[in-house]
Amino acid sequence: MPETVTAPAPVPTTDPRVVRAIDLAWREAELLDRKDYETWIGLYTDDGSYVIPIDPDTDDFAGTLNMVYDDARMRRMRVTRMTEGYAIAAVDAARTVRTVSRFVPESVTDDEVVLRSAQVLIAYKRGRHDIWAADLVHHIRLSPSGDRIVLKVVRLVDSEDAVPAAGFLL
Amino acid sequence: MSHDTTTPAELAAADRVAGRLYTDPEIFEGEISRIFERTWVWVAHESELPGPGTFKSAHVGRQPVIVTRDRKGTLHTLLNRCRHRGASLCEKPKGQANGFTCPYHAWSYGLDGKLRGIPYPEGYEGVIEKGELSLKKLRTESYGGMVFATFHDGIESLEEFLGDAKLWIDRFMKQGGGYPIKVLGKHRFKFRGNWKIQLENTTDGYHFPIVHRSWMASVDAETADMMSFMTDPSAITHALGNGHSVMQMVPGHSDLDADDGTEPLQGRFDHLIKDLAQTLEPAQVRKVVRAMHGTGFNLNLFPNVSMSAAFFRVLRPISVDETEIEHIAIGPDGPPELDAVNRERLRIHEHFQGPFGFGTPDDAEGWDRVQRGAQGAPDMPILVNRGLAREKASPEGWPTSHVTDETGMRAAYGQWKEMMRDA
Ligand code: FES
Ligand SMILES: [Fe+2]
Repeated sequence: MPETVTAPAPVPTTDPRVVRAIDLAWREAELLDRKDYETWIGLYTDDGSYVIPIDPDTDDFAGTLNMVYDDARMRRMRVTRMTEGYAIAAVDAARTVRTVSRFVPESVTDDEVVLRSAQVLIAYKRGRHDIWAADLVHHIRLSPSGDRIVLKVVRLVDSEDAVPAAGFLL
Repeated sequence: MSHDTTTPAELAAADRVAGRLYTDPEIFEGEISRIFERTWVWVAHESELPGPGTFKSAHVGRQPVIVTRDRKGTLHTLLNRCRHRGASLCEKPKGQANGFTCPYHAWSYGLDGKLRGIPYPEGYEGVIEKGELSLKKLRTESYGGMVFATFHDGIESLEEFLGDAKLWIDRFMKQGGGYPIKVLGKHRFKFRGNWKIQLENTTDGYHFPIVHRSWMASVDAETADMMSFMTDPSAITHALGNGHSVMQMVPGHSDLDADDGTEPLQGRFDHLIKDLAQTLEPAQVRKVVRAMHGTGFNLNLFPNVSMSAAFFRVLRPISVDETEIEHIAIGPDGPPELDAVNRERLRIHEHFQGPFGFGTPDDAEGWDRVQRGAQGAPDMPILVNRGLAREKASPEGWPTSHVTDETGMRAAYGQWKEMMRDA
C-alpha cells in the first residue's frame, strides 16, 4: 500500500520565525539599494553563498556557469571592488530601487527558514530605466545572536538572455 | 555610401577613423550588407553540435539562423524563417530535433533545410514545387572546430579567409592539453554602443591596467604578474591579414606545447594538482593546469569573434548603438577527472567575464562612454595610431608592434575599408 502523504499546512507569513526572515530580506534589499556593501556582507554566514545562476533549472551551481557564485572569499573581494573606487562600473553605477515581496515560506524550523519571494528592481542610469525581475530564495539561519543568510539565489527571468553589464548587486 | 562626399577611405585612414563610424545609422546599414552579409561570420563551436540532430540558434549580422548537424554529421546553417509566411521556425537557443515544423501552418523541414511536408497539400497542386522551397541555406565551413557561415556564395574558402590566423587557431586549441575543446557555458550581455567599439577592445592592451585595476587587485600575485605586460617588450601584436590580428599578452604561453618545465605551476591550483595527480600522468597534469588561464593571447577574427585567452567573445550588431556580446567559457573535453579542471575554469570565467564579473562591467562602462562621447563632433577622428612609428614586419611578414599598440585595430579598419569600398 502506498503511503498517503499529506502536504503540511502552509506556514503563514505571520509566523514569528518567518517574520524574522522577511525582516532580514527587506533589510538586505535596502542595504543593496543604498550600496552599503560593508554592512551587507555582515548579513551572511561564513559558509554562506550568494548566487545568480544562468541556467534557470539548475541547483548544481558549482558545475555550471553562473553570473555570480560567491563564497565568503569572493564576497569579500566583491565588496572591496565595489567600494575601493577603482572599478569604473561601480563608481558610476546605476541607482537602484527594488521591491521584494510575494513572500512564501518554503520550510520553517526554529533554526532555519527557506523563503521564496519576488524581486523587481529598477536601475536608473543616464536617462534609462532598466528592469531586473527575479525570483529569490533565501535560506536564513535563525540564531539568538542574530539571523544570517546561508544562501541567496537570484533567478532572473531573463537569465539566459543578454542583460546589461551591471555595477551593482542584485 | 550615403554621404557621397565621404568615401570609406576618408572615414577610415591608416591612423584614424571618423567618430561617425560609431553613430551614423546609414554607415551601420552599409556594414550589415557589405560586411556581415558578405564575409565569414562565426556561428558556433562544433562542441555545441555534438551529435546528429543537434542544433543551436545564432545570428549572421542581424539575420536569425539555425545551425544544425544532420544524420550524416554535416553542418548546415539555415535561415530561421519559414518559406510559407515567414514565421521563425525555432525559438530555442539549442537542442535536439529530427527537423523543424513551423508552428503556424505546420510546414516541416529536415535538418538540412529541405521542405519535407505540407499539410492539406491539395490547394498547392500546380502552384508550388516543393524542391524549390527549402530553407535559405548559408555556406557553412569550419576550421579547428570553429564554425562559420556566409550569405556570399562566391566568397573564398574559410581557410583562405583565415589565412595566417589558422596557425593561431591551432595554438589556441592547445589549451585542451591534448583533449578537444568544448563549450562549458556562456555569459550574454549587451551594451549601448557600436559593435566596432567592442571589436577594438579585444585588441586593446592599452586599457588593461587602467580599466581592470580592480580585477588585478582581486587576483593572486602570480596571476596579476602574468598580466603585467605593459612594459614587457616581448608582449607584441601582429596583424595577420584580412583584418585578423593576434595580441600576445603572455608570450610564454603563446604555444602551450613549448614548455621547458621551469615555470612553476600556480599555487592557487595546488588542490587541483593534488587531485589530478591521483589518476593522470604528471606531464598531463602540468599541461591542463598550465592552460588554466587559456593561451597567453587574444586572437581577433574579423568581424565577429575573438578567441580570447580562455574563452570566445562573440559580438552581434543590433543597431548602430547597440551590441550584444557572448562570453563563451571553454575547457578540455576529457575524462571525468577533468571535471574539476572545468569547474575551476568556470570560476575563473565568472570572476572576470560575466555581466557581474570583475572585468566586464568596467569594459562595458568604457564602451558606453565611447558611444556617448562620439556624439560630440562626429567627424572628429578616433585615433588608432598608437605605435605606428614602431611597427615593423615580423619574420613572417606580419606588421608587428607592442601589445599596447593599436596594430590590431588598424588591421580591422583596413579590412573594414576594403569591404565597405567594394559594393
Ligand atoms: S508560416 Fe510557416 S507554415 Fe505558414
Ligand atoms: Fe578589457
